[in-house]
Amino acid sequence: MKRMHNHSKIVLWAVIIFFYLPIIILVVNSFNADKFCGSWKGFTFHWYEELFKDREIWHAMGNTVKIAFTSTLSAVILGTTAALAINKWKGKIQSAHYGLIYTHLVLPDILMGISLLLFFVAIGLKQSLFTVYLAHTTFCISYVAMAVLGRLQDFDNSILEAAQDLGANPWQTFWKVQFPNLLPGIVAGGLLAFTLSIDDFVITFFVAGPGSDTLPVKVYGMIKRSPKLPIINALSTILILVTILAVVASRMLGRDEKKS
Amino acid sequence: MSDFLLFDGITKRFGNLTAVDNVTVGVEKGEFFSLLGPSGCGKTTLLRMLAGFEKPDTGRIFLDGKDITNLPPNKRRVNTVFQNYALFPHLNVRENIAFGLKLAGRPKKEIEREVDAMLELIQMGDHELKRPSQISGGQKQRVAIARALVNHPQVLLLDEPLAALDLKLRQHMQIELDLIHDEVGITFLYVTHDQGEAMSLSDRIAVMNKGKIEQIDNPAKIYESPRSSFVAAFIGDTNFFDGVVDKSIDKEYSRIKFTDFEPIICFNDKKIRPGSPVHLSVRPEKIQISHEHPENPDGKLNIFRAKAEDVVYQGSHTRFWVRIGEYRISVFQSHNRFLLDQRPIKWGDTVWLYWHADDGYMLEQYQETDEDLLILPPENIGDMDEEIEEESDSDTEEVNAEDNASDANGVAEDGNEQEK
Repeated sequence: MKRMHNHSKIVLWAVIIFFYLPIIILVVNSFNADKFCGSWKGFTFHWYEELFKDREIWHAMGNTVKIAFTSTLSAVILGTTAALAINKWKGKIQSAHYGLIYTHLVLPDILMGISLLLFFVAIGLKQSLFTVYLAHTTFCISYVAMAVLGRLQDFDNSILEAAQDLGANPWQTFWKVQFPNLLPGIVAGGLLAFTLSIDDFVITFFVAGPGSDTLPVKVYGMIKRSPKLPIINALSTILILVTILAVVASRMLGRDEKKS
Repeated sequence: MSDFLLFDGITKRFGNLTAVDNVTVGVEKGEFFSLLGPSGCGKTTLLRMLAGFEKPDTGRIFLDGKDITNLPPNKRRVNTVFQNYALFPHLNVRENIAFGLKLAGRPKKEIEREVDAMLELIQMGDHELKRPSQISGGQKQRVAIARALVNHPQVLLLDEPLAALDLKLRQHMQIELDLIHDEVGITFLYVTHDQGEAMSLSDRIAVMNKGKIEQIDNPAKIYESPRSSFVAAFIGDTNFFDGVVDKSIDKEYSRIKFTDFEPIICFNDKKIRPGSPVHLSVRPEKIQISHEHPENPDGKLNIFRAKAEDVVYQGSHTRFWVRIGEYRISVFQSHNRFLLDQRPIKWGDTVWLYWHADDGYMLEQYQETDEDLLILPPENIGDMDEEIEEESDSDTEEVNAEDNASDANGVAEDGNEQEK
C-alpha cells in the first residue's frame, strides 16, 4: 500500500473531527442516562422509549413524511418536465428557464422562506400543511431538474429516432425509450429532493402554520422550551440513519448510471 | 413511375444551405442501391427524408406507388440502421430486436419465432440476453441490422453502417451485408462516403456532390465511364487532360490537341466535333509504364517519354507519379510476375508511358475544382525545396529535350491545370 501523504492525513482527521465527531457524540448521548448529557451515567434505551411515547413528535414526523412524499412526487414530475423542455428547445426562453431554475439552487433559504411567506399572505393562503407542501415542491423542482438535465446531456437522441423508426409514436417513444433511460437521473433527483424535504428547517419555519410543524421545526421548538434534549438526540440518531441510507442509495444509482 | 422507391424532384434547405438540390432517383425492388458522396453532399439528408426525420421543401417521395412524403416516421414501412447503431441501452439483444414487432402488436409466439430466426441470421443466439454495452462494435452492428430487418421493411436504410468499425471488421461486415441482402431480398438503400464499400456491395450507385446527383449507374460503368470530372476523381484515381478535338482519325477515333502536351488519340463514341473542347480522364492502371518502347500494331497507342518522379511500392502493384512537361501523371503498375527477377523502374528513371486510345474516356462535365480530389504527392517539402526543385527542373528539361523535341508546344506554356 502507498504511504499516505501528511497533508491527506491532516485533512482526513480534520474531516473526522469536525464533521463526524459531533454526530458521534450525539449518537452516544442518545444512549446516555444523564438528562443533561454532561457525563456518562450508563447505557439506556430510556430516551427512545420516551420518544416513541411522545405523540407530538410522531405527529410532526407524520407531517414530515407526508410532505416529503407528496412534494417529491410533484417535484419529480415538474422537474423532469422542466428538464425535458430545457433540453429540447434551445431558444432564449428556455435559457431563461434554466437560469431561473438554477438561481433557486443558490438562493439563500431564508430569502425563499420570507418571500414565500409574504406571497402566501398576499394571496390569502393560510399557513398550513398545504403551504409547506407548496414551498417544498418549489425548491425541490430545481434539484430534480438539475439531476435529470445531467442525464439528458449525454443522452443519445438517435435512440429516440430509432424508436420512431421502428414504429413508436411520440407517446410510446417517451415511455418505452426515453423514460427508462432517464430513470436513474429521475430517481437520483427524487432521492435528493426527498432528503432535502425531510431536512428542511428554514423555509418550513416560515411557511408552517399551527399543527403543521415538520420534524425539524418541532425539534427546534423542543430545544428552546423543554428539557428533553436526550429525546432529541434519540430522534436525531434515527434521522441520521435514514438520511445515510437515502444518500447511499442515491450514490449507488449514480454509479450504476455511469457504468452503462 | 415504375420505380419501387422514387425521390421525385426533392429539394431540402437548411437556412442558406441547400442540402439536397432537385434530386430525382428511382430505386428498383430488391436492389442494393448506394448513395455515394463526400460528407455534406446531401446523401444522409436524402435518407433521413425517406425515414421521415426530415421533410423535403419541395418534391415528393413515393414508395410502392404511395406518396409517403408527409407520413411520420412510425407510419412508414422503412427501417433504418443507424451509423452509431442507436441500440436501446436499457434492453438486451433479444428485446432490442423484438422492439418493432412488439409495437406492431404481433402475437408473442410469432415474435419469439421471428426474433429467433433473426438471431440465427446474425449468429448472435449466444448473446441474446446481453445488454448493448456488453457486446462488441461488430456485434452491435449486426443487432442493429436484425432489429431493422425483423420488421420486414419495404426498404432497409443503412446510414454509413460500417464507418465506426475497424478495417478488418469492416471488410468482414461487407461480406455479411451482401449475404444478408441476398438472403432476405429486401431493397437496401445504403449511404456511404467509402467508394470501395459502394463499389463492392451495390447493384447501382448514385454519386452525389453538393446536393446534386452526378451519375447513377452500376459500379463498373461508374468507374469506367464517369460522366463528370467529379465522378472520375472521387471514385478511384485518374488523370485529367484538357484539350480540343483536332480531327478524326477514322470513324471512331479522334486526335485531341493540347496547348501544353503532345496530341492524344482517343475513342470518340460521343462524336464530339473537331474544334470542341474536351476533357479526358485516363485511369492510372490503364497507363503502362516500361523501360522498353512498346509495339504499336494498330497505331492507336499514345506513347510518351516520361520521367519517374515518385515511386511507391505497394506489394501487389507500384504507384508512380511521372512527369511529362508540366504534367504529373499517376500510373499503377501491377506486378503479375516475380518482381525481383525484373528490372524495376526506379526514382529518376526515364521511361516509356503508353495507353491505348480505347482506354481514355471523354467526360461530359468538367469542374476544375475536382482536380483537388486527385491524389498527388507534394511537389516540395518544407524548406529543402529549392535544391530539389532546381534539380528536377533541369532533369525535366533534359527529358523534354531528348524525347519531346518535336513537341512544339513545349513545357513553358502556363495555365496548366494539371499542375499541383
